[in-house]
Amino acid sequence: MRRFLWPTIVLVLVIAYPLLFTTPFQQRLGALILLYAIIASAWNIVGGYAGQVSVGHVVFFGCGAYAAMGAYAHFALSPLVGIPAGIVVSVLIAAVVGVPTLRLSGHYFSMATIAVSELVRLIVTNVDYLGAAVGLSGPTVPRNVFDMSFTSALPYYYLFLATLLITLGITWWMTSSRMGFYLRAIRDSERAARSLGAPASRIKLYAFMLSAGLTSVGGSLYAMMFGFIDPESGLGILISVKMLIMAALGGAGLLFGPLIGAAILVPLEEISNNLLGGKGAGLTFVVYGAIIVLLARFQPGGILTLLNRLWARRRTSRSSVTAEGASHAP
Amino acid sequence: MSTILVQVIVGGLLLGAVYALFSSGLTLIWGMMNIINFAHGDFVMLGMYVAFVVYTLLGAGPLVGVPLAALVLATLGVIVYFGLIRSVMKGPMLAQILGTFGLALLLRYAVFWGFGANFMTLPENIVGGTFDVFGIRIQASRLLAGVVALLVTWGLHLLLTRTSLGSKMLAVSEDSMAAQLMGIRPDTMQAIAWAIAAAATGIAGALIATFFYIAPTVGETLAIVAFVTVSLGGFGSIPGALVAGLLIGVIESLSAYLIGAVYKDIVVYSLFLLVLWFRPQGLMGKM
Repeated sequence: MRRFLWPTIVLVLVIAYPLLFTTPFQQRLGALILLYAIIASAWNIVGGYAGQVSVGHVVFFGCGAYAAMGAYAHFALSPLVGIPAGIVVSVLIAAVVGVPTLRLSGHYFSMATIAVSELVRLIVTNVDYLGAAVGLSGPTVPRNVFDMSFTSALPYYYLFLATLLITLGITWWMTSSRMGFYLRAIRDSERAARSLGAPASRIKLYAFMLSAGLTSVGGSLYAMMFGFIDPESGLGILISVKMLIMAALGGAGLLFGPLIGAAILVPLEEISNNLLGGKGAGLTFVVYGAIIVLLARFQPGGILTLLNRLWARRRTSRSSVTAEGASHAP
Repeated sequence: MSTILVQVIVGGLLLGAVYALFSSGLTLIWGMMNIINFAHGDFVMLGMYVAFVVYTLLGAGPLVGVPLAALVLATLGVIVYFGLIRSVMKGPMLAQILGTFGLALLLRYAVFWGFGANFMTLPENIVGGTFDVFGIRIQASRLLAGVVALLVTWGLHLLLTRTSLGSKMLAVSEDSMAAQLMGIRPDTMQAIAWAIAAAATGIAGALIATFFYIAPTVGETLAIVAFVTVSLGGFGSIPGALVAGLLIGVIESLSAYLIGAVYKDIVVYSLFLLVLWFRPQGLMGKM
C-alpha cells in the first residue's frame, strides 16, 4: 500500500489547491499547469515511452482547438462536440505522417513532424473557413453551461484535472500492457526488439496515434478556456516546444515526469511574462533553450531520474551503515 | 512571357545555389555522425545578422562580411561540437534531438531579444545594380550570391573527395574505430566537420542577407528548406544537395510566380512529405 501513499497525498493537495489559493491569478495558474501537464503527458507517450521525438505535436493540439471553436463558429454547437471531431482528424493525420516516417531513423521523424506542423500552419493561415490569420472565436456570452465559457478558472481547473487523471490512467494502462513492454524494448534497441518479433513500426504508430488523440483533447480544452484560437496560438511551433521541454525536464518516459515539468515551467513563464511584459516572451524562450541544452548535455533523463538516483544512493548508503553497525555488534 | 519565365527560373537557380550551400553543411554532419543539427537554419540566421552588423555598422561590403560570418560561425560550430555534440552523441536519441533543438531556440530568441522581432532588409546599395543579359534582368546581389554559393559548394565537394583531409573525414564516417587505428583522431575530424558545416551556413547567411529579409525566425523556414534539400538529395551527399537545392530554388520561384508568393512554402513543404512517402533515401542517396 505504501506505493499509493504519496500519489494519494499529492492528489488530495491538487484537489484542495483552488480552495486554498483563491485569487483569480492563482486559480488560472493552477488550471494552466494542469492543461500543460495534459498535453505534455500526451506527448510523453510517443516522445518518452516510444522514444520518437515529435516536434510537431502542435498539429494535434490545433486540430482539437480548431474543432472546438469550429463547432461553435460554424454550427452553433457546444465546443464539446469538437472534441471527438478533433480526435478523429488528429488520429488520421498521425497515421498519414507516421506510416512513412516511423520506419526511418528517429531524426527523420522529428524533421517530418516539424515540416508537417509548419505546413498545416501555413495552410490554415490561408483558409478563410478556418478564420485565416484572424482565427476563430468561441461564445462570448454563454448560452448554457455546455458552451464551456466560464469567467472563473475554477470549473476549468477541475475539468482539466479530470482529463489529466484520465490521460495518466491511459498512459499507465498502456505501460503495463503488452504494448508498454514492446515500447520499452523498442526504445532500448529497436533492432533487438524487431529480431525478437516485436512489431516495431506498428507499435510506434499506435503510440503516435494514441498520443495524437489525447493531445487533441488538450487543444480543445485550451480553446474552451481561452475562447479563441488563431494560427499562432493554436499551431505555432512554440507549443510543440513546450510539450517537449516539460516532459523532458520532468523526465521523459516516466508517468509523472510531465507533471513535474509543467509545475516548474508554467509558473516560470507566467511570472516572467507578468514581470517583463511582451519583451519577456523572448527571454522566456532563451531560458527554455538554455534549459533544454543543459538538460540534453548533463541530465537527459530529467529531474525525476536524477531524484530516483539520489534516492537510491541514499538508501544504499544508509543500508550499508546499518550493515556496518550490525557487524560491529558483539 | 517566356522571358519572364526564364527570369523566374534563373532567379530560382541563383537562390537554389545558396540553399545548396547551407544544406551541404547539414548533409556533411549527417553523413559523418548520423546526427541532424536542428539549429542549422538558425546558424544561417546568425550569419545573416553578422553580415547585417558588418554592412550597416562597419559600412563594409560582402568582401568583409562573408569571410567574417564564416569565421564567426566556424568558431561557434567548434564550440557547439566540443561543448554539446560530443557528449550528446553518447547519450540517448532524445538527448541528441533535444540538444540541437534547444540550441536553435536559444540562438533564435537571443537574437530576438537583442535585435527585436522586426523584419529587416538591407539597403539596395550594398551590392547594387541590375544586369540585363539577353533581356533577362538579374539583380547583382542575387547573381553574386548564387555564383559564390555554387563555387563554395563545389569547393566543399572537392575538399571532401580530393584532399587528404577529406579522406580522413570519410574514414571517420565509415568506421571511426578503424580510423583511430590508422592514427586519425575522430574528435578532431568531427570538430573540423562542424567548423566547415557552420562556416558554410555563415557564408550562405552573409550572401542572402544582401537581398533576403532578416528576422530572428528566418532560421525556422531555412531549416525546413535544408531538410527538404537534404532528404531530396540523399543524406550525406553533397552533389545530391547541390542538385536538390537548385531544384527547390526553381520550384519555389515557379510556384511563387504561377500560384502566388503565399503558397511557395506550402509547395516546398508538401514536396518534402512526398519525398518522405515515396523516396525516403532521396534522389542520389543510399539508406
